Amino acid sequence: MSEAALTQAGPQEGMDGLVDDWSSDKQTYHVPWGKAMMWIFLVSDTFIFTCFLTAYLHVRLTTTEPWPVQGAIFALSLFGSDPIPLILIALMTFILITSSGTMALAVNMGYRKDKEKAFWLICATAFFGLCFVGMQMFEWSKLILDEGIRPWENPFGAAQFGSIFFMITGFHGLHVSGGVIYLMWVALRVRRGHYDDKGYEIIEIVGLYWHFVDLVWVFIFAFFYLL
Amino acid sequence: MAYVPLADQDSEQELHHPKSWVTEWVFSQDHKVIAIQYGGIAIAVGIVALVLSLLMRMQLGFPDTFDLIDPSQYYQSVTMHGMIMVVYMLTALLLGGFGNYMIPLMVGARDMVFPFLNMLSVWTYFLSVLILLASFFVTGGPTGAGWTIYPPQATMAGTPGHDMGIVLMLASLAVFIVAFTMGGLNYVTTILQYRCRGLTMMRLPLTVWGLFIATILGLFAFPALLVSAVMMLFDTLAGTSFFMPAVIEAGTPLDYNGGSPILFQHLFWFFGHPEVYIVALPAFGLVSDVLSTHARKNIFGYRMMVWALIAIGGLSFIVWAHHMYVSGMHPYFGFFFATTTLIIAVPTALKVYNWVLTLWEGDIRLNAPMYFAIGFIFTFIHGGLTGLFLGNVVIDLPLSDTYFVVAHFHMVMGVSPVLVLFAALYHWYPKVTGRMFNEPMAKAHFWITFLGTYAIYLPMHYLGFLGVPRRYYALGETDFIPESAQDLNAAITIAALIVGVAQILFFINIFWSLRYGKKAGPNPWGSASLEWQTPDTPPVHGNWGAELPTVYRWAYDYSVPGAHQDFIPQNVPENEEPTADEQHFDPDHDQSKANL
Repeated sequence: MSEAALTQAGPQEGMDGLVDDWSSDKQTYHVPWGKAMMWIFLVSDTFIFTCFLTAYLHVRLTTTEPWPVQGAIFALSLFGSDPIPLILIALMTFILITSSGTMALAVNMGYRKDKEKAFWLICATAFFGLCFVGMQMFEWSKLILDEGIRPWENPFGAAQFGSIFFMITGFHGLHVSGGVIYLMWVALRVRRGHYDDKGYEIIEIVGLYWHFVDLVWVFIFAFFYLL
Repeated sequence: MAYVPLADQDSEQELHHPKSWVTEWVFSQDHKVIAIQYGGIAIAVGIVALVLSLLMRMQLGFPDTFDLIDPSQYYQSVTMHGMIMVVYMLTALLLGGFGNYMIPLMVGARDMVFPFLNMLSVWTYFLSVLILLASFFVTGGPTGAGWTIYPPQATMAGTPGHDMGIVLMLASLAVFIVAFTMGGLNYVTTILQYRCRGLTMMRLPLTVWGLFIATILGLFAFPALLVSAVMMLFDTLAGTSFFMPAVIEAGTPLDYNGGSPILFQHLFWFFGHPEVYIVALPAFGLVSDVLSTHARKNIFGYRMMVWALIAIGGLSFIVWAHHMYVSGMHPYFGFFFATTTLIIAVPTALKVYNWVLTLWEGDIRLNAPMYFAIGFIFTFIHGGLTGLFLGNVVIDLPLSDTYFVVAHFHMVMGVSPVLVLFAALYHWYPKVTGRMFNEPMAKAHFWITFLGTYAIYLPMHYLGFLGVPRRYYALGETDFIPESAQDLNAAITIAALIVGVAQILFFINIFWSLRYGKKAGPNPWGSASLEWQTPDTPPVHGNWGAELPTVYRWAYDYSVPGAHQDFIPQNVPENEEPTADEQHFDPDHDQSKANL
């Protein structure tokens, strides 16, 4: 086989493309290494959250006391109304998914080399992220101070309810907070023109992380709040 | 969007060349320096674990003579010996040490893709070792719960180190996982995205394949350990009841309720079983390259070897509960996990056959690394076969928690990877240091280690059949155990002491040869793979000088008929290959001989 035959022409579709990529020299994926590394990290991180959620489902099945009714606990009165179940969580979910939208726009603006718009869209994403963390802090303080829920006990039933809640939402909240810092760091460097030579894939890389954190929240929302 | 592959960029300009002693040797971003740092820390902490095992052996062999450790310290020694050897020594030395050194050189890269993260990895690993060793100096000492640190026993009074020891152990593991993740992301991404021109995945040396699959296993398995460590820390420090059921400690009911100890076992072994292969697969890769080089023959069935690595890696995630046959789980689970466990023996046996067939009709050079590599085949077959016994539920039940299990896992994932490590350390020593080691001393080291291994572990199988339980401080008077068992224990201890002390030979050898060994030259073994073709020996920062290499062939072109010498390096272009006519008329490789 000559050297020329090994140099790939470009990405192909479907199974042929997969075989072509994996049998090529130099690189397996037609992406910058940073993006490949982020994907691999996210798969690894998926295992962490999967273990957390699997452990939660197991604990919920084996606990000796009944599991509290989430709808009653995660309810909030708005403007003097009757408590509306899950209203805060629904709002948080909406905000986080909106932030995914601004993130996607930022990626697009980055590739168009529109630094100003990219910067502001990343800032908007980070702002929504901060809103989410702020609302989570509000939810935590409400549960701890008003409802008397602690990691080791709560008045509504199985103690594991509080343990799991604080652990999983806390771990996810740390991911969001870390993501906000990461976003701000990238935003500042975008503004300074740091990526003019390197290319703007970095916005897509931080975007991958951000969408992942969103997706994890959807699973937490489904498994912990709705189920 | 056209993206230029790393191999086509002139990345030499991007490398940050160190300007001071500190950035060159301490906070270095050079993968070779990081590899030596990883290896040095791992071997140092491994010596601690070795000394602990000798303390245990002296207690077991001569319970009335020595008064070195009390029962609590015995449990602490068992625990720390196991955890250090599996995680902080073998995993760190194979992936952190050899992974860092070999991957960029073998894939023809200047460094890892993200050198800064790589540097963070080694220093985070160092931090995790410090936290671990700190547990020797806190109130209550290190945890004595066994390396599996099962709750609720690990955190309850009566278990040594149940207060601070277990907390430090869990914290240290969590930090180690962070370190491993940072390194592992680099290894996988470098192998995927930073191969040089002409180097396809199926031209990679098996060392790289072994490290690649093992790192992927690590990235998927360590999360389970991280999660269980975090949950157990909450149980210990915050009073949650993830793993703690309602339980009475010394007559007092504890404030726990409704937790599931078996959940911990599942999480732990979902990490714990792949961990065996995180250690074994790089060893498989390294030993394949050592065997092929010193047998002057291409590795037999290269493609099969690669697919066997992938199959073992995949299967390793669905066998974990064979560690839990006696935990009281559903018998159908046992049936399922026994089946998958026996299936995993198929690709493993395939690898063993291929190693043996690589030796078949090879031009074997009995150099010291080859001694260790062949020794590995013996110990690995031995340990693998006892694994078939323990993989079956009905045979495992009576043998569980006896010395048979101890003998099994020491043969298969203690001694075997260690023999490969010695083979690899001797094999690549000339590349790393530029000097040859002392061959007779290395061979003496081999014979004492190899024969000593059998003197230590063969009798343990017998003790296991007698029913001698593991993790006991002393046998005392037991009805079903004959007094002669104690004689065997004494013999094992003497053998262990000899083997332990003999490892000094290794250290004398490598340090003496550093200064006084004869100059090795760039390629003393006549090896075909890329790491021996660097312009400088030892390789300098950036590895490849002005231009990255180009690869034209796989890593196993040994004894190619008609070639000028008995190996063709990977970066020799094909027009220097022999013609097809010459190959057909090679007298040494004609068909009649192959059929014998």
